Amino acid sequence: MVKITRQEVEYVAHLARLDFTDDEKNRFTAQLNDILMYMDVLNAVDTTGVEPMTHAIARTNAFREDIVCESLETEAALANAPERQGPYFRVPKVID
Amino acid sequence: MNLNELTIHELRDKLAAGETTALAIAEAVFRRIDAVESKIHAFISLMRESALEEAAAADRRIAAGDATDLTGIPIAVKDVLCTKGSPTTCGSRILENFVPPYDATVIAKLKAAGAVIIGKTNMDEFAMGSSTERSAFGLTRNPWDLERIPGGSSGGSAAAMAADECIAAIGTDTGGSIRQPASLCGVVGLKPTYGLVSRYGLVAFASSLDQIGPFAKDAEDCAIMLNALAGHDPKDSTSVPAEAPDYRMFPGREAKGWTVGIPKEYFVEGIDPEISAAVNGVIATLERLGVAFREVSLPRTKYCVAVYYIIAPSEASSNLARYDGVRYGFRSAGSRNLIDMFKQSRLEGFGSEVKRRIMIGTYSLSAGYYDAYYKKASQVRTLMRQDFDEAFKTCDALVTPVTPTPAFRIGEKMDDPIQMYLSDIFTLSTNLAGLPGISVPCGYTTTGLPIGVQFMARHFDEGKLLTIASALERETPFEKRRPAL
Amino acid sequence: MEFEPVIGLEVHAQLLTKSKIFCGCSTAFGADPNSHTCPICLGMPGVLPALNRKVVEYAMKMALAVHCRINGASSFARKNYFYPDLPKGYQISQYDLPLAEKGCVDVDLEEGRKRIGITRVHIEEDAGKSLHDEKTAYSYVDLNRTGVPLIEIVSEPDMRSPEEGAAYLRRLHEILVYLEICDGNMEEGSFRCDANVSIRPQGTERFGTRTELKNMNSFRNVQLALEYEIERQAQVLRAGGTVVQETRLWDAAARVTHSMRGKEEAHDYRYFPDPDLVPIVISDEWIEKIRATFPELPMEKRDRFIREYDIPRYDAQVLTAARALGDFFEETVRHCGKPKTASNWIMGDILALVKEEKIEIQDIPVSPKALAEMIALIEDGTISGKIAKDVFQTMWKTGKDARFIVEEQGLVQITDAAELDSVIDTVLAAHPRQFEEFRNGKAPLFGFFVGQVMKATKGKANPQTVNELLKKKLSLR
Repeated sequence: MVKITRQEVEYVAHLARLDFTDDEKNRFTAQLNDILMYMDVLNAVDTTGVEPMTHAIARTNAFREDIVCESLETEAALANAPERQGPYFRVPKVID
Repeated sequence: MNLNELTIHELRDKLAAGETTALAIAEAVFRRIDAVESKIHAFISLMRESALEEAAAADRRIAAGDATDLTGIPIAVKDVLCTKGSPTTCGSRILENFVPPYDATVIAKLKAAGAVIIGKTNMDEFAMGSSTERSAFGLTRNPWDLERIPGGSSGGSAAAMAADECIAAIGTDTGGSIRQPASLCGVVGLKPTYGLVSRYGLVAFASSLDQIGPFAKDAEDCAIMLNALAGHDPKDSTSVPAEAPDYRMFPGREAKGWTVGIPKEYFVEGIDPEISAAVNGVIATLERLGVAFREVSLPRTKYCVAVYYIIAPSEASSNLARYDGVRYGFRSAGSRNLIDMFKQSRLEGFGSEVKRRIMIGTYSLSAGYYDAYYKKASQVRTLMRQDFDEAFKTCDALVTPVTPTPAFRIGEKMDDPIQMYLSDIFTLSTNLAGLPGISVPCGYTTTGLPIGVQFMARHFDEGKLLTIASALERETPFEKRRPAL
Repeated sequence: MEFEPVIGLEVHAQLLTKSKIFCGCSTAFGADPNSHTCPICLGMPGVLPALNRKVVEYAMKMALAVHCRINGASSFARKNYFYPDLPKGYQISQYDLPLAEKGCVDVDLEEGRKRIGITRVHIEEDAGKSLHDEKTAYSYVDLNRTGVPLIEIVSEPDMRSPEEGAAYLRRLHEILVYLEICDGNMEEGSFRCDANVSIRPQGTERFGTRTELKNMNSFRNVQLALEYEIERQAQVLRAGGTVVQETRLWDAAARVTHSMRGKEEAHDYRYFPDPDLVPIVISDEWIEKIRATFPELPMEKRDRFIREYDIPRYDAQVLTAARALGDFFEETVRHCGKPKTASNWIMGDILALVKEEKIEIQDIPVSPKALAEMIALIEDGTISGKIAKDVFQTMWKTGKDARFIVEEQGLVQITDAAELDSVIDTVLAAHPRQFEEFRNGKAPLFGFFVGQVMKATKGKANPQTVNELLKKKLSLR
């Protein structure tokens, strides 16, 4: 049974900003199919009315107060940048 | 015995008595590293210079009478925790040159306690793996058999422990990444309750599952380490605002009169018979000490791999979106436009397992599949947690194997993701339920590979895990054996 | 065919907290690029968000002001997409459990008051800014704005004309500013609006295909963009075409909307609960505590001003445009008891000077009490309204009170008939020719004599008394 097509793999890869060679696409499609097939075991579980568990521990209302703390020096903020121009991060232009 | 082979509490006592110095301990550790590291490759980077400075500072602190249990103790840290001014790679090409401008909360706490950070240990890229074969900077070998994996993803920390390249180590555990390598390397490894230790500065893999915990040579050291790590941190909203106890009081207590559950779903076909025998030996030993055992059922255990391998990749797909080559990390050269730059940088920067999980996670969250995958898995997670609640109504702790097999051979499972995923089958559930779990050495295979046993307890009941681990240690001092390197 | 527009608006308002929503960096506008950033808002590996309590409280204020039901539990979700000014690769927002839902606001239109439904109010973080350099192949990223707190207020598709849309926006704007939770500055982007527009044949129920309009940075532009888009859709339909569901950008210079088709990504935001943040649980007690801090809102205040002070609706609207202005008015009335006179002075001389000197009403040099005292001097006849204008200018410049100025400059009004009689006699005697002409029927010269008397008394003569006396004198002769 096919859970995910090559076309879907391409779509998901684009969403995740990943790109693969044709070989990789074929291999990924096959592997993801196997993995998703395995996930089918969950279909056997009746989850009607069951709340999803999104946190490992139930905690609520964690707040900080509205106090300004020192920011990084601009140089430190930019220190790891692959490319910069003056005080800005530089990136290739968004294509129009 | 060499200084680097001693425990934290032994060294603490020697330091307090003036029988040695922090500098001498640090030097002993680095001598050992120089001698064996080329065989093991436990570290991605060493911090020799700053470590020796920290050791000197620790000696001054000891002289001033201001020492803690950890002052002057050399500790290895998994390269997933941010260290201010020192590279933090997560075993990934994409972070090869990243130098954090801040310390993770646990790093700050260790430094405040006077510990000596000696280096950053190897790991599967972004903690995604069970063998430490998936590091961009080369694999780590198991000190007990150099042809075998040390487990993962905190394999570097576990191997450094087994090889006596450090006194204690820090790892992280998202689905077993502390307990599984601890078991395969013959050391104690504790995954605390979710929320006990701050995750601030831990480079996220799966945020609702990740926890930081210690590798130690015995239960007492484990307690000392947990004392330093545990506690509320306002920077981590999921850290629990409660005072942690002094864990040192738990090792040495008796487990007499406790009831320990044996989840029947964890003792099934496919477990290596030597592991079954070792765990049964543990049960027999503890029975002699007055611990009662009863069979319990965790009926949804069979779903844990599916649930885990939906939830963890879903969260990871989002957590790893920040590696886009804009502010830090690897950027592919020569991209003509932005989308190209994003895709090329991520394509070249991430390894194949990371990409595979990003793909699974992105798919599980995407329009049309969310309900069938992410939401369904989250609902089954609720049911799994209820199974544990039910079991803990009648039990103080649960006992299970840590892994179905001892350390496997390098390369054995690299091409079969599902087989690799199944090697975590006994450790995943505690992360999904947020429970604490400990791996304690409990024997060796006939070929001399370590075997561990896992105990789990209620939320925030780490004390019980330390008590039972120490009880076992007193009867079967497996942690004293050393690999021949 | 006649079409009826259907409009829904999404407003993003920056909250006036001192620090960002999830870290301690300053929210101040206009700092050097990337100087208000830290590991958290830069989305560095390992960082975690910690929610600013004030953000929740400000959002609750707005939600209550627009009559929303505050959800007992709400939570944060991640909206995943890639953009260089979105450091984490996701925006922390609220999705299936927003802070508040199901509210409404009333807007005043020419044809009367209309109720607009509010779908939801939720909290989210702002993104940074990308600057595009036309001359190079690069964009430049400034992350100062990243993590500035926003609330999004989503309306029901209840508006039926661009005017209604603009009135609704003005209403939200004045409430936000009244609550002192947003500075409302549209140019700096503190108050932003996207619109969903569709049209349908007059009298039908089914919604047409909608377009989303973006990039409108003033009330006027919102109205113009809506007008343009409604007409554009009508033309498409009249020509037998169909409206395409798409996002369109308003071009304020060309006054047209442009399709973003092709440049737009297929949106699949993969929302899921943010595991790093825990649910917000809001008790009734907390809600009441917030409600207790509430100021009277502009529309309620307007209605009360009309009722209580008996001033025209126009005056009430002007005086309630800003909270401080209304307070100034009420304080003045409390001291002098003359609402209409106070309103005239505030709307006239005071607002003119406020505008001229570009200052805020709370910073003007004349206090409500001082204005009230001056009004009292007019009312009891001590000074004339005309003299009062000069007195007020002096008060504004020197900060001195009216009575002091009047005494110092001898500006007390002359109402004494005998004294004025003699002035009139002198004036008449000095202008025999005009007097003669007047007697021969040149009635407008009456004003000339009033003027001469005022001139002779340096404006201090009570104009009413002068009028009466002159009339008597001129008819007597």
